[in-house]
Amino acid sequence: MRFFFKTDYNQDINLFRDGVDRFWYGLLIAVLLVAPFLLEDFWLGEISYVFILAIVGIGLMILTGYTGQVSLGHAAFLGIGAYTHSVLLTMGVPFWISIPVATLLSAVIGALIGRPALKLTGVYLAIATLAFAFIIEQILIRWEHVTGGFKGFPVPRPEVLGVGLVDDVPFYYICFGALVLAVLAALNLLRSPTGRAFVAIRDSEIAAQSMGVNLAAYKTMAFSISAGFTGFGGTLFAHKIGYLAPDAFNILLSIQLLLMVVVGGLGSLHGAIYGAIFVGSLPQLIAILRDYLPESVARQPGLEPGIFGLILVFFILFEPLGIYGRWLKVKLYFSLFPLYKKATFKRQKTYTKSERNR
Amino acid sequence: MTLFKADNLAINFGGIKAVDGVSFDVQKGQVFTIIGPNGAGKTTVFNLISRIYNPTEGKLFFEGNDITEVAPHNIANLGIARTFQNIELFEHATVLHNLLLGRHAHRSGNLASQMLFLPSQRKAELAHREKVEHVIDFLDLQHYRDTYIVNLPYGARKVVELARALCTEPKLLLLDEPSSGLNTEETEDMAFWIHDIRNELGITVLMVEHDMTLVNEVSDRVLALNYGRVLALGTPSEVQSHPEVVKAYLGG
Amino acid sequence: MGGWTLSEIVQLLLNGLAAGCIYGLVALGFVLIYKATEMVNFAQGDLLMLGAFMAYALIEHYSMNYWAAFLGAVLFMAVFGYLLDTVILRQVIGQPQFAVVMLTIGLGFLFRSGASMIWGTETRAFATPFTDGVTRVGGFVIADVNLSIVIGTAILCGLLYAFFRFTRIGVAMQAASQNQLAAYYMGIPVKMIFSLVWAISAGVAAVAGILLAPVSLIDVTIGLIGLKAFAAAVLGGFGSIPGAVFGGLVIGVIEQFSGIYLPEGFKDVAAYIVILLVLFARPQGLFGNIGRKRV
Repeated sequence: MRFFFKTDYNQDINLFRDGVDRFWYGLLIAVLLVAPFLLEDFWLGEISYVFILAIVGIGLMILTGYTGQVSLGHAAFLGIGAYTHSVLLTMGVPFWISIPVATLLSAVIGALIGRPALKLTGVYLAIATLAFAFIIEQILIRWEHVTGGFKGFPVPRPEVLGVGLVDDVPFYYICFGALVLAVLAALNLLRSPTGRAFVAIRDSEIAAQSMGVNLAAYKTMAFSISAGFTGFGGTLFAHKIGYLAPDAFNILLSIQLLLMVVVGGLGSLHGAIYGAIFVGSLPQLIAILRDYLPESVARQPGLEPGIFGLILVFFILFEPLGIYGRWLKVKLYFSLFPLYKKATFKRQKTYTKSERNR
Repeated sequence: MTLFKADNLAINFGGIKAVDGVSFDVQKGQVFTIIGPNGAGKTTVFNLISRIYNPTEGKLFFEGNDITEVAPHNIANLGIARTFQNIELFEHATVLHNLLLGRHAHRSGNLASQMLFLPSQRKAELAHREKVEHVIDFLDLQHYRDTYIVNLPYGARKVVELARALCTEPKLLLLDEPSSGLNTEETEDMAFWIHDIRNELGITVLMVEHDMTLVNEVSDRVLALNYGRVLALGTPSEVQSHPEVVKAYLGG
Repeated sequence: MGGWTLSEIVQLLLNGLAAGCIYGLVALGFVLIYKATEMVNFAQGDLLMLGAFMAYALIEHYSMNYWAAFLGAVLFMAVFGYLLDTVILRQVIGQPQFAVVMLTIGLGFLFRSGASMIWGTETRAFATPFTDGVTRVGGFVIADVNLSIVIGTAILCGLLYAFFRFTRIGVAMQAASQNQLAAYYMGIPVKMIFSLVWAISAGVAAVAGILLAPVSLIDVTIGLIGLKAFAAAVLGGFGSIPGAVFGGLVIGVIEQFSGIYLPEGFKDVAAYIVILLVLFARPQGLFGNIGRKRV
């Protein structure tokens, strides 16, 4: 077991707890940096996809995991980011300008929807965000001269100095850089007063308010920041799928995004990343699984959503803290060996807590 | 000098007068206690001061300014902090994190500087940490610094809530039943702390309390409420011997 | 209302009311469960789908008569709902709302996947006594399928009203949904009551599915209607049974007329626009109320 002796307040503030942490994260970054020299393009594409998902996951984690607000409509923000970016590119706006513009627009729309939604709680918020996502999807379908309607349009492939930015290797580095930026921004936010206010709202609105947190302002901010991250991820997502059509941003995607934060572990950035790895590799896992299933089941189109559902149910029932929670338990088990008590993480008995009174 | 003043405060809930024409003023440096049987309207008075409820009638003054219309989240900025009867902590965060949130009213830097964590932000965070550490020392919470609230015993949670309120550096501290749920020993500690908060930190305390030993030990002034109305106001002994108060407590 | 004859308007209104009844029935299922257990069942639409497929299976594969299949499917779904609660949902009582939302969404996916494995993804239909029939009332021609939906809904609402008003168990359910703890102290078997609520609500969903089948045919995605039914429940405030049915009718009618009077596309999202407008104007719904937590 490692002990942490604190000699400086900075130790609680720094991103890495100590040299050991710094070493492992440094190693991880180094490995990811040299990966393009070692891996085939297919795998680079898969990893880029995980990076993109992780950015979106961080966005949703800030809203759902840290601020405690559920959104069933985050695919809409992903769509707003993707469409804005691609439309701007088509109009000839440079790649490096259109990304921040699309990110900003997503954040602004997030604030616009978040502002009235902040009076809503729990179920009502979930339903309102769901409704919002359907409306956005319909707009993408009907605003034909901009979005190409049902048919959609191909995403331009910008080049700089003859190098295709969205070719496998450059795109890998762009996604990696974007993820690092997103993680840093999120970590900084969470160690600042704003991030703490989010957590406070999640755990007790009334206490947060009495400590000076302006609930309306901070909830709107959480929505907007979350939408901004998601839109940012969306701009890269557009290149990943290569062709934009409204049905790419339907309710199924929203649920997939939520699945990501639930499976990863609510309330931690690690969770968002683990969740992204999980959801990103799910299609591969299912493909492998198909080989082992009887023919009649394996060829069913309903198999994939079914497995989604199963995973969701499984995690909510048995591992509500997600993969990251399980990882912490395993770590504790080994560091306390042989003294680990089974009851350490036993769920407390709970009764229906009314949410009718807030 | 008058720090806080309630003037003819009243609130109705669906026709029931929960608080009815209550006036009192709290002098700077006092420990002012509100007592009364269950349902007398004590916590309602607190919720009126925190601006969770809007009074139907009457006004609130703090440092001579009318605060009846101030938004609830601005109350902390003015220098009024509170604790809750049933403990409202941020359960899935550490004690340190909870106390740092108590510094929210003193935050600095805009969103961009926070997301970039500029050096000024780090400096501000260090200053917050130092303040929080003083409070931790003051209330002997060193042991629990990195513990999550869900893993804390009840008595410790009560102290953490008090600590969080102190971290806002309030001028007026509202304590809603500080001794409820505590054992005798913990209640004695609480009495010492309330003393120290007043004498060492110079913070004025307004509290709601049931435990008459604690009330007698720390209070300068006592206000007795029943059915939302003032029964008596005076020193602890005056109020306790007041015939109306005796009647209200013994039933009559 | 240029260009539209009175008879066409009435026709639209009737179509709207019929669709509205279905929304109302699904919303009623939401509300029953929400009132009792404070869970929001995102799989309600999928229960409707399962009910419709059950009836289809009984009629087409076991050659049962329509009425027998109707009853059989509803009973089957009621038992299914009961088991769903005892086996799965009971585990998450007291967990945050979010967990329940995700759990029921997951269950919905599972049901859809299961149905597509059993019955395939093609569209199915079964014959009913109402299919293709019409009734003439004073010059208006009404499709029997629409009439059957409206009448079926009315009968079901009457039955439910009588059940909650006059039977011991119905009254116990009301008590349990108002104050769980007090009901528990009064000796009401709260757990069983909750399971029964799930059973009723799954049964109601099955009725809605079977009534809907001749109008919209059945496939595994029919459950998406549940999302529109949210609009009905929200209008009704999520706490009122008559409110849910009324909300359903309003949504159904609005949808029909927005298909005619508003640009293309509005019909599909009318229900969602209504949700947002209602929630933003009155966050607690038209008939609902949410108090503030006491501190």
